[in-house]
Amino acid sequence: MIKEYRTIHEISGPLMVVEQVEGVTYDELAEIRLTDGTVRLCKVLEVNGERAVVQLFDSSAGINLRDSKIRFLGHPLQMGVSGDMLGRVFNGMGQPIDGGPELLAEKFMDINGLPMNPAARDYPNEFIQTGVSTIDGLNTLVRGQKLPIFSGSGLPHANLAAQIARQARVLDDSSQFAVVFAAIGITFEESEFFVREFKRTGAIDRTVLFTNLANDPAVERIATPRMALTAAEYLAFEKEMQVLVILTDITNYAEALREVSAAKKEVPGRRGYPGYLYTDLATLYERAGRKEGCKGSITMIPILTMPEDDKTHPIPDLTGYITEGQIILSRDLYRKGILPPVDVLPSLSRLKDKGVGEGKTRADHAPTMNQLFAAYASGKEAKELMTILGEAALSPTDLLYAKFADEFEKRYVNQGFEENRTIIQTLDLGWELLRMLPRSELKRIKPEMLDQYLPKED
Amino acid sequence: MGKIIKVSGPLVVAEGMADANMADVVRVGPHRLIGEILNMTGDLASIQVYEETSGLGPGAEVETTGAPLSVELGPGLIENIYDGIQRPLEEIVKRVGANITRGIEVPPLPRDKKWHWTPVAAVGDAVTGGDVLGTVPETASVLHKIMVPNGITGTVEYLAEDGEYTILDEVVRIKLPSGEIRSLTMVQKWPVRVGRPYQKKFPPVTPLQSGQRVIDTMFPIAKGGTAAVPGPFGSGKTVVQHQLAKWSDVDIVVYIGCGERGNEMTDVLREFPELTDPRTGETLMKRTVLIANTSDMPVAAREASVYTGITIAEYFRDMGYDVAVIADSTSRWAEALREMSGRLEEMPGEEGYPAYLASRLAQFYERAGMVQCMGSDDRIGSLTAVGAVSPPGGDLSEPVSQGTMRIVKVFWSLDASLAYRRHFPAINWLNSYSLYLESMRPWYDEHLGEEFMVNRSRAMRLLQEENELNEIVQLVGKDSLSATDQLTLEIARMLREDFLQQNAFMDVDSYSSFDRQKRLLGLILHYENLCRGAIAKGAALSDLYAIPSRERLGWAKYTESDQYARAYDEIARAMAEEIESLARKAGEQA
Repeated sequence: MIKEYRTIHEISGPLMVVEQVEGVTYDELAEIRLTDGTVRLCKVLEVNGERAVVQLFDSSAGINLRDSKIRFLGHPLQMGVSGDMLGRVFNGMGQPIDGGPELLAEKFMDINGLPMNPAARDYPNEFIQTGVSTIDGLNTLVRGQKLPIFSGSGLPHANLAAQIARQARVLDDSSQFAVVFAAIGITFEESEFFVREFKRTGAIDRTVLFTNLANDPAVERIATPRMALTAAEYLAFEKEMQVLVILTDITNYAEALREVSAAKKEVPGRRGYPGYLYTDLATLYERAGRKEGCKGSITMIPILTMPEDDKTHPIPDLTGYITEGQIILSRDLYRKGILPPVDVLPSLSRLKDKGVGEGKTRADHAPTMNQLFAAYASGKEAKELMTILGEAALSPTDLLYAKFADEFEKRYVNQGFEENRTIIQTLDLGWELLRMLPRSELKRIKPEMLDQYLPKED
Repeated sequence: MGKIIKVSGPLVVAEGMADANMADVVRVGPHRLIGEILNMTGDLASIQVYEETSGLGPGAEVETTGAPLSVELGPGLIENIYDGIQRPLEEIVKRVGANITRGIEVPPLPRDKKWHWTPVAAVGDAVTGGDVLGTVPETASVLHKIMVPNGITGTVEYLAEDGEYTILDEVVRIKLPSGEIRSLTMVQKWPVRVGRPYQKKFPPVTPLQSGQRVIDTMFPIAKGGTAAVPGPFGSGKTVVQHQLAKWSDVDIVVYIGCGERGNEMTDVLREFPELTDPRTGETLMKRTVLIANTSDMPVAAREASVYTGITIAEYFRDMGYDVAVIADSTSRWAEALREMSGRLEEMPGEEGYPAYLASRLAQFYERAGMVQCMGSDDRIGSLTAVGAVSPPGGDLSEPVSQGTMRIVKVFWSLDASLAYRRHFPAINWLNSYSLYLESMRPWYDEHLGEEFMVNRSRAMRLLQEENELNEIVQLVGKDSLSATDQLTLEIARMLREDFLQQNAFMDVDSYSSFDRQKRLLGLILHYENLCRGAIAKGAALSDLYAIPSRERLGWAKYTESDQYARAYDEIARAMAEEIESLARKAGEQA
């Protein structure tokens, strides 16, 4: 028997206090019925004796304390999942909004998921070719990895994410591929860009979209990525599909979290974000991965815009501590017209070493990767020195490095959003650039390998 | 039996708990979730629950176990992977699959496995806490010593014969002075928040050999010492920690993954059984215990995980072994403390952390040390503690970094700008330090010759000078420096690239023995000596850099480990010849 209460005592922001409740449990889902018949969802944040603190997923406007009724549903927020989700569009709470029929759920899953046992994880080590040189060659993405894009307002992160979603494939593999896309508090135009891209490439039929747009309730954003990840887990671990999850924009998510935390009057951590921001983000990001004995996988690309391009802001900072690397976009490169403007040096894929080399890409991948990094770093330093002291102050080697850095940006990084390079093309391009430097400078590549790939110096 | 009155995340308040003691472990609700009492007011108890509390509500029952949070100690610890409260994760996979469901009760040590027990003591022996009664070869690398639990003294009445026993079989009976007979098995319990006792602590004097050049040569840690590895994300903290876990010359490694990535623990779990311990020839897993409380697992158990880990480490130390505890990351542990403190509505200190943060950190690190163990044979064991710190934004002024720096004696400061240049391990040589250098100098002098420490200081000085010279170069360019200063820059560059940089992912470079480190450093400084001599005679720098053996020196660290001694001698000889001929030519021209 589900009881209805008319004992809402207090509403403040997204929080509500309900009194004289009985049998209510922590994290339980509840429904509020307004006097005009509309129903809004909320969940229990705290029960203290007969008092329950409830968080609304929607605006609190229009709720009448005396007449609105609340009922507790006896289970946490769940999502109905089925293979028919593919090609559908849902709102941030998982209800279809594409005008199609209601989803016939095969099963209902708790959107919080369960922590994955580290002893049951399978280590991600299968190379994914994204067709983007700066990722494939230098910051290799592997299946089951979580690799965020750190961007800033006005940078083309959406184009890069769409390019990856369009081009990503695993070499010699035939398993089914799906994209789960969660729009978290972004504008209609940004969201439409992705929908258009998915339609243009035909990917829309294997895509599940969740959209919470900028004008949708902010608190709903806390549920949206969890909805998307629940759908992804179902597709990956029950339907054994290769799922790419794109979450954009995590900054909006964290702000929604801060809003609820402030309403709860919690002691704030850095910049007003709650102290548990790390743990909360981790419960999202850690849902990426592979399980032993299961073919499916979840690869995650969260996108976040760094406030003031500041990498030490809590959101990118904590994200970087959880995810397995980061792709950082640079405003300088973007201004120079270099697309995609991937800032190579601070970008990193932690799992790259396991996904490259003989049998995966090519034996020369790891050493050339290190050499390109080192050479580009030296080139950038030389260029800095040049701006201070003038070209005359540089040694011939330094000048070569400076030239290398320019060419590297122009040819390796600047490939545009349409070009799809194979890993072999990327590696060969790397060698072509390295040829600009004298052989004695290529210290990170073994002499035998230099013999194999460099033309003889004569 | 109490009843819940309040649930707020992992914090539960129950009434009717007058029977319970402070810090008792309790079972909460119908799932019998595990929790620990943090506070008591009258008969109200505030409980931190180690599992997800979703679905708990007022009225649910709470039962105390009457004992504080403890770990089971006995054969079966090694090669195991536990969560923060010592539940075996591999066993959980077998029972419930890939995700961790709530309220699982699995004994930490396998109950039905038989171990080969060999008695060491004899009937009639007078024994006291810590005395070894018998041994069990737990793995090919670890001889597990079954000790008299602390607090028991008496005479051995019965000892089981050499043979196969489970950990619950009686193997010993001891007659206490009171006449009571105490039956003992191979397993004992110990509360995690209390350090295990020892007879005496010594200042650490022996280096822990990690095989990492920048650590062993530049900033060494002693066996029984403490070290912190702070660094922003992407600076290679985890790789440094993994390298220490792999190559440290200790008998047992306890690796605590505290609030970190799941895949990192999986990596250790999959990789260690395939790596060979250079000292025993067995796989590294055969000396490793893993504690994994990843960031998506409940936050309260994260708080407990470092204590669980260090208690297991102390137990092995008590057998007279060298043990290393590697905790990644203590910042996540501190955040768990902060979260619980916030829910208890305690007055926050700096950045919301509880005021007792620094003292908790100190308590943890103080459990390290070189000790004379309990027991009458006066054996020596050591516990080395290494903790990673993840300062927000890489800013070391935050409370966890500051609290840690006040306690630890070795500080390996990871530097993001080195990592961008792919200089790994990205330990910054200018602001890292080791306070064990002086106390370990006799060991170094005895085992590696006095020259080693002299060379080390010289290398440090060169790197320091490089830093100063670079400031001048920034202003006036490299060419305006004198030849000797330019040489200093070049030698410093060689020290950085050919000595300090070490590739963890390359088999031959991943581990470097002390002898090899000594020779490699000696080789680079030998090159410096030769060059300085030749410059004085008028040789040109560019000629000195271009000699063929110079490139071979750059590749010297990748020489196979059974050939390096000869190869280095050969390079030294060639270098001397080549430079001498350059100097001679320069002399003739002049």
